[in-house]
Amino acid sequence: MLRDITLGQYYQSDSVIHRLDPRVKLLGTVAFVVSLFLSDYFLGYLVAILFLAICVELSTVPFKFIVKGMKTIVFLLIITVVCNLLFTTGTTVVSFWKVTITVEGIRMAFMMALRLSLLILGSSIMTLTTTPNNLTDGMESVMSPLKKIRVPVHEISMMMSIALRFIPILLEETDKIMKAQIARGADFETGGLIKRAKALIPLLVPLFISAFRRANDLALAMEARCYRGGEHRTKMKPLKYRKRDGIAYGILVIYIAAVIIVGKFGIPVGGFVW
Amino acid sequence: MSIVKAKDLTFEYIRRDEEGNVDGITTAIDNVSLDIKEGQFIAILGHNGSGKSTFAKHINAILHPTEGTVWVDGMDTSDDANVWNIRHEAGMVFQNPDNQIIGQVVEEDVGFGPENMGVPTEEIWQRVEESLKAVGMYEYRKKSPNRLSGGQKQRVSIAGVLAMHPKCIVFDEPTAMLDPNGRKEVIRAARALNDVEGITVILITHYMEEIIHADKVFVMDKGKIAMEGTPREVFSKVDELKALRLDVPQVTLLAYELKKRGVNLPDGILTKEELVKALGL
Repeated sequence: MLRDITLGQYYQSDSVIHRLDPRVKLLGTVAFVVSLFLSDYFLGYLVAILFLAICVELSTVPFKFIVKGMKTIVFLLIITVVCNLLFTTGTTVVSFWKVTITVEGIRMAFMMALRLSLLILGSSIMTLTTTPNNLTDGMESVMSPLKKIRVPVHEISMMMSIALRFIPILLEETDKIMKAQIARGADFETGGLIKRAKALIPLLVPLFISAFRRANDLALAMEARCYRGGEHRTKMKPLKYRKRDGIAYGILVIYIAAVIIVGKFGIPVGGFVW
Repeated sequence: MSIVKAKDLTFEYIRRDEEGNVDGITTAIDNVSLDIKEGQFIAILGHNGSGKSTFAKHINAILHPTEGTVWVDGMDTSDDANVWNIRHEAGMVFQNPDNQIIGQVVEEDVGFGPENMGVPTEEIWQRVEESLKAVGMYEYRKKSPNRLSGGQKQRVSIAGVLAMHPKCIVFDEPTAMLDPNGRKEVIRAARALNDVEGITVILITHYMEEIIHADKVFVMDKGKIAMEGTPREVFSKVDELKALRLDVPQVTLLAYELKKRGVNLPDGILTKEELVKALGL
């Protein structure tokens, strides 16, 4: 059933990571991503891998669930590796036809692949352990300093949460319209790309009309319930830092320091510093 | 004390063509005056396009009168300074249950109104609990609204309005998109609010069965009030209602036809039980 779809990729569980304040997880993810660019040597990444492994273990999310997120970037990963392998100049290892592979190239390719994978894995930990709802709340709070430069932070997060609420409804509606049009002889499945794109018009037009009608109704309903933007608003579920969030911030600081310090040392292997 | 009062209310929709010139004017409400007392259960009946929904939107200050005045609890709806106080005192439940639920979890949606009003966090929780219990939806508080039936969604919407502690709730065809069971659920909830909490209920509908418990009924046609009175008074005028293209409940119609053919029955019978008793069966 369409109404049962889970949005994003939230994995239900009750781990320490799940219970952390969304702000900690957001800032933690940003810190983790930054940390991946802080060290030039492999040892620094070892610290990052270790840190990530501990987070994965604590989150109780099955590893194969996390790796699923990697599928989307396989192509990007291959391109990165190939480009780095082929176009880095330095000491030649093998050379055939017009292609030369260098020690530096191998090193670069390996590092970039590692960096990208860690980046994706790190951010999936956040989306896997935080409900979309919580995430929008966290974002609103983390971005609230931007209000000073007139970024409509509250409005953005309100739009995100309304979009999340209406995606299943609109999906169901798409399904309904599609069936109605098929019953009237519409053909969505055969023909070339252009024909199929054209076939979507009788689906999209009613869908858009209905979406606008819904938006209008919803705006009325919100105004009728005294909605007037973010000001004077209180929160039913305010974000509150707990002890564990403080500890998590402490661990993050230690982690960053560790990456910076360890990342300064390289190990010489195979005539090159890793 | 009167909670909603309209005096010489007129509202015109102005239709414009593509260049923005006035193409025509539709008078949706035509010189309506009425007075609704606090604690009453009022029904407003009418055919499509009779102006009943347009009138409802005036009570919540969503629309402003073209001419005349509407007062809600003594506040003039045309005065912008009153808008938020009016919306707080006169809540509104709309027709489509999907298009008025904002939260992704039932309890969050009920909390939306109080959040907007700036109610402190603990009190929001208290109000949410009370309101959900009042409509019998407390056990569903952690559920996603997408998994509820139409009647349940409407009850959540009612709870959402109730959590704002209004004096008056306007139901704008709340049952038009529901199945018969959902319809009963919603009407039962509305009556309970009126009986138990003493909230003024203004029910806008075109289902005759829903208005038999009302204290007073207004029938609207072409923007005017065509009939008013207790349900019994209104239903005794079967021919007039038919002329307005409104159906009377089957029991009332049966009693009316029997009476026309010489059976001795009182006017305006509303329920099966009443008819059975009047017939002496």
